Amino acid sequence: MDTRIWTPLSRREIAARIASDIPNGWYVNLGIGVPTLVADEVPEGREVVFHAENGLLGIGPAPADADIDPWLINAGKQYVTLRPGGSYFHHADSFAMIRGGHLDLCVLGAYQVAENGDIANWATSENDTAPAVGGAMDLSVGTRRVWVAMNHLTREGEPRLVRDCTYPLTAQASVDRIYTDLAVIDVTARGFVVAEMIAGMTLEQLQAMTGATLHMPEA
Amino acid sequence: MIDKTVETVAEALSGVADGATFLLGGFGAVGQATHLIEGVLETGIRDLTVVANNAGYGQVGLARLLKEGRIRKLICSYPRIVGSTVFEELYRAGRIELELVPQGTLAERMRAAGAGVPAFYTPTGAGTRLAAGKEVRHFDGRDCVLEEALSGDVALIEAWKADRWGNLTYRAAGRNFNPVCAMAARMTIAQTQHLEPLGTLDPETIVTPGIFVDRVVHIEYGSPRL
Repeated sequence: MDTRIWTPLSRREIAARIASDIPNGWYVNLGIGVPTLVADEVPEGREVVFHAENGLLGIGPAPADADIDPWLINAGKQYVTLRPGGSYFHHADSFAMIRGGHLDLCVLGAYQVAENGDIANWATSENDTAPAVGGAMDLSVGTRRVWVAMNHLTREGEPRLVRDCTYPLTAQASVDRIYTDLAVIDVTARGFVVAEMIAGMTLEQLQAMTGATLHMPEA
Repeated sequence: MIDKTVETVAEALSGVADGATFLLGGFGAVGQATHLIEGVLETGIRDLTVVANNAGYGQVGLARLLKEGRIRKLICSYPRIVGSTVFEELYRAGRIELELVPQGTLAERMRAAGAGVPAFYTPTGAGTRLAAGKEVRHFDGRDCVLEEALSGDVALIEAWKADRWGNLTYRAAGRNFNPVCAMAARMTIAQTQHLEPLGTLDPETIVTPGIFVDRVVHIEYGSPRL
């Protein structure tokens, strides 16, 4: 019998939870999927500057069809707008921002995160039919903080928070925080530390869905 | 008088040869020198190495070169094409070599080539399969991978405005890899939407100075389409 009394967060709720933790003034790169939704959830009154790998700072909301500028796309090749104060630059400068530690944060999707912060988010096997990495490795290694947005379990019900990644690594020991549909988890020297759980969730239930030991914050 | 402008794509590409390495600007459909890339097809040259962020877009440019079997090796960060599976088919059939490079490492390897830096260390890729076989050293407590500069025989880039000295400006996200490709090739060929009289481009807005550019061809084709 299923005794759970909790409801997982929706994609938009995960994005909103992440956005609530981004302070005024940060420079932030968002990966594709749930991370992209974070831009729409920034609380009123905060200025957060969004970066795209292909040379944009100060990305605004998606344009209405009538207002599309065909020269203005983001790294996901979607049409975007530029806010007042936005700027353009070339790829080497764009990745100097990423690799030089100038971005405060990147929010990425992932297949797996290990308890030491290893992240796997670019390939699902050692012999992909046509592997593609894009900027994932640069972002995971270079930005000051790496937050991951993902579901706690795979579609097949397997844990995505694991002791060791089984998928090919994107970067070693780089993730700082994980926001799932069930919890917020910090990656620390002790391993996974539960910062928050959704209403009705118990540590025992969450542990049963996690592939490595969960710790509680030290009092 | 210096005049780097040429009248036709064929003239712009004169002298390109079999086995050459081409650096292609562009990200998605934006900032691609599509007319020059299609001109390469017309020249008939083959056995090419191509450096580009994506494996082209749609059914044009690089996608056509791939389909026609002109490319021996692709050096790329994200070899996917929206609206085409030509790369995947060639790769699965073992008919093309792929060197997969993290996007920032790709840009920096070209920048390094343009700046006379033969190699550099970066933490990007350390501990992953893209670092396999590469020298690793420890700096500031992190493993760093030795990456070599990446130069080309020919760069094909797209500008928004140009003058006869080869000074270039770009438009919005059309800048992307174009300035680094321009620095890293022995011969840089730019197709430009607008050709302006010398002295009318504001020096404050020139992104690629003419020293990095060898030939300019004026092709006013309008806006890119995704």
